[in-house]
Amino acid sequence: MTTNGWIQIALYCAVVLALVKPLGAYMTRVFTGERTFLSPVLAPIERGLYRVAGIDARQEQTWLAYAGGMIVFNLLGFVLLYAILRLQAALPYNPADQSAVAPDLAFNTATSFVTNTNWQSYGGETTLSYLSQMLGLTHQNFVSAASGIAVAVALIRGFARASTKTLGSFWVDMTRATLYVLLPVCIVFTLVLVSQGMPQTLGAYVDATTLEGAKQTIAVGPVASQVAIKMLGTNGGGFFNANAAHPFENPTALSNFLQMISIFVIGAALTNVFGRMVGDERQGWAILAAMGLLFVAGVAVTYWAEANATGVLSQLGLTGGNMEGKETRFGIAASALFAVITTAASCGAVNAMHDSFTALGGLIPLLNMQLGEVIIGGVGAGLYGMLIFVIVAIFVAGLMVGRTPEYLGKKIEAKEVKMAMLGILCLPLMMLGFTALATVVPAGLAGPANAGPHGFSEILYAYTSAAANNGSAFGGLTANTLFYNTTLAIGMLVGRFFVKIPVLAIAGSLAAKKTLPASAGTFPTHGGLFVGLLVGVVLIMGGLTFFPSLALGPIVEHFAGAAGQTFSTGG
Amino acid sequence: MLTQIRPALVLLVALAAVTGIAYPLAMTGLAGAIFPAKAAGSLIERDGHVVGSALIGQNFTGANYFHGRPSATTATDPADATKTVPAPYNAANSSGSNLGPTSAALAERVKGDLDALKAENPGQPVPVDLVTTSGSGLDPDISPDAALFQVPRIAKARALAEDKLRDLVAAQVQGRTLGVLGEPRVNVLALNLALDDMGKR
Repeated sequence: MTTNGWIQIALYCAVVLALVKPLGAYMTRVFTGERTFLSPVLAPIERGLYRVAGIDARQEQTWLAYAGGMIVFNLLGFVLLYAILRLQAALPYNPADQSAVAPDLAFNTATSFVTNTNWQSYGGETTLSYLSQMLGLTHQNFVSAASGIAVAVALIRGFARASTKTLGSFWVDMTRATLYVLLPVCIVFTLVLVSQGMPQTLGAYVDATTLEGAKQTIAVGPVASQVAIKMLGTNGGGFFNANAAHPFENPTALSNFLQMISIFVIGAALTNVFGRMVGDERQGWAILAAMGLLFVAGVAVTYWAEANATGVLSQLGLTGGNMEGKETRFGIAASALFAVITTAASCGAVNAMHDSFTALGGLIPLLNMQLGEVIIGGVGAGLYGMLIFVIVAIFVAGLMVGRTPEYLGKKIEAKEVKMAMLGILCLPLMMLGFTALATVVPAGLAGPANAGPHGFSEILYAYTSAAANNGSAFGGLTANTLFYNTTLAIGMLVGRFFVKIPVLAIAGSLAAKKTLPASAGTFPTHGGLFVGLLVGVVLIMGGLTFFPSLALGPIVEHFAGAAGQTFSTGG
Repeated sequence: MLTQIRPALVLLVALAAVTGIAYPLAMTGLAGAIFPAKAAGSLIERDGHVVGSALIGQNFTGANYFHGRPSATTATDPADATKTVPAPYNAANSSGSNLGPTSAALAERVKGDLDALKAENPGQPVPVDLVTTSGSGLDPDISPDAALFQVPRIAKARALAEDKLRDLVAAQVQGRTLGVLGEPRVNVLALNLALDDMGKR
């Protein structure tokens, strides 16, 4: 570990923190329907859209209608994306003559982008036409992120409102998230990324003759416009197979830094939107503090593990950390930091290959996802995921002192706790259930590229990533098969909608309740005690659920590696 | 649910047009106007033809050039389309090795590369980036140490003084961005182009 590495990490945290308040203030205005500096341009477009769509912007929805709108919208989005992928050979903007995407891969990829997972069974430059990248993936990158933000905003309204049946309009929230938040930032961000060397062209792949006279075909494309939203919307699906490790998808140390900022910025700012909308910014800071503690701890462990290299490298006398799977321009610190950020958020972009991380360095990304990606988390998804844990934490605190639990003046009762537990439990069911299945059926066992405990980790990582809607991978796993494409897609669907729908049910139930005034017996939820309790609940629930699986994978691998043991396939 | 179909359909199509067509096309036009060379892929031309991209590594194997890092990229086997064969620095199929920390295959590969490098420049510590594959398989850079490590071999192959080559490397080192971000590095293609230019003078 170097001083410079820590300075990079500290600088990153400082920049994200500095952006929380201004962006939080702006987004609050957007979702409470106030005028913003972009209104003169965007308001007429927005009104026109609503007129054609038959939407009355003032008409609010109950939680059921809100959820229904979201499901219908996502379902149609899935159909459109699936159709584009299947028909890409016959559609324009296909200079590399990519053929139609196979049915199981198209199903997996469409599910993956609609659920904001962006798992890459596809190979980017070897599979998709430019039209599929733009109209298919870039479009879903925007609207799946906007759906996540909308659900978080609906849940915030559930806490902020009293004695009402409605949570706002899904259509308005989703449209405004896209037009007022995501699109303007992406336009600026795209140009900044191109200035760093990221291609943005519709021209065909380039044939170069290298200095030694060999032919090199260089894949290019409309990369920057997709990467901007891929990061900002915590989507993470790469334009290229190697994702943000590819020099075209992440050309410089500065582009890397800005991409890391953009992964966290909306998720972090949403805690401030939460604080503002419930009328007490401290509530938002408390949640951000809990997230921040878990984040910094994860970064410290991963950076330490990667800087210390692996048994294999150190036995050969090599120093300088574990550079296998990492890019020279980022080095150890920026690669470790990126890995923790991308899995704490539900981004899943990678600037280094997690499969080649040290056992403990790879454990943290895995654990981040297993905890439900509540450390900043996906745009929207991170906040509502953490608020589910808040409900459980408040419930536990209530049990300890024998009072009806309250949060922000709302009584937390059986219905909320049941729904919260449903949202929490569907993740381990998908992650561990499918992992268990894949380790006993031949189609599952055919997947891993590495032998021994690392092969198990590859399977566990895949289902964890899918159910958590992350999308990063231990990339050695051969996942583009009927078995993996299908089971992973099911994991993604359950992980997305069996969390989102209970969240909206909680929101509806909370909005209908009265807000009680705070009394002397109210547990304050903006202080250190609450932050500690929340962190504890997240770690205990995650630890109890997932420790056995981690022990079978990264933990046993760590000790085997330290003892100098290696594993070979086919032996 | 039925009342939801119209808004869903209209918004989906409208936002697809805005974010999936208008936005990337407008960005392509704008980026091409402001940063034409970068938007096209930072291509480098020599004598009228493209010799590579400044951002994409190449597979240098000759003793008279600086080498990049090992690359794990593959290509479809020309003899059997269901298989792949190693094809270092295949810029149409980026990939890492995905070998885990306890992989015997990784240990074997690193040892093989290490022994070859030690034989080439005995007594010098081998920089770790010269025996590890990058995440993309297209890493355009090596560490300054990795460039200096190769100086004796190139000096011999080109009959040049080692000092001149060290100066050349030093001139090509890019520091950390803003003094903080990333790591110091040398772009191998730029270095080798400068090397060729030096020979011409």
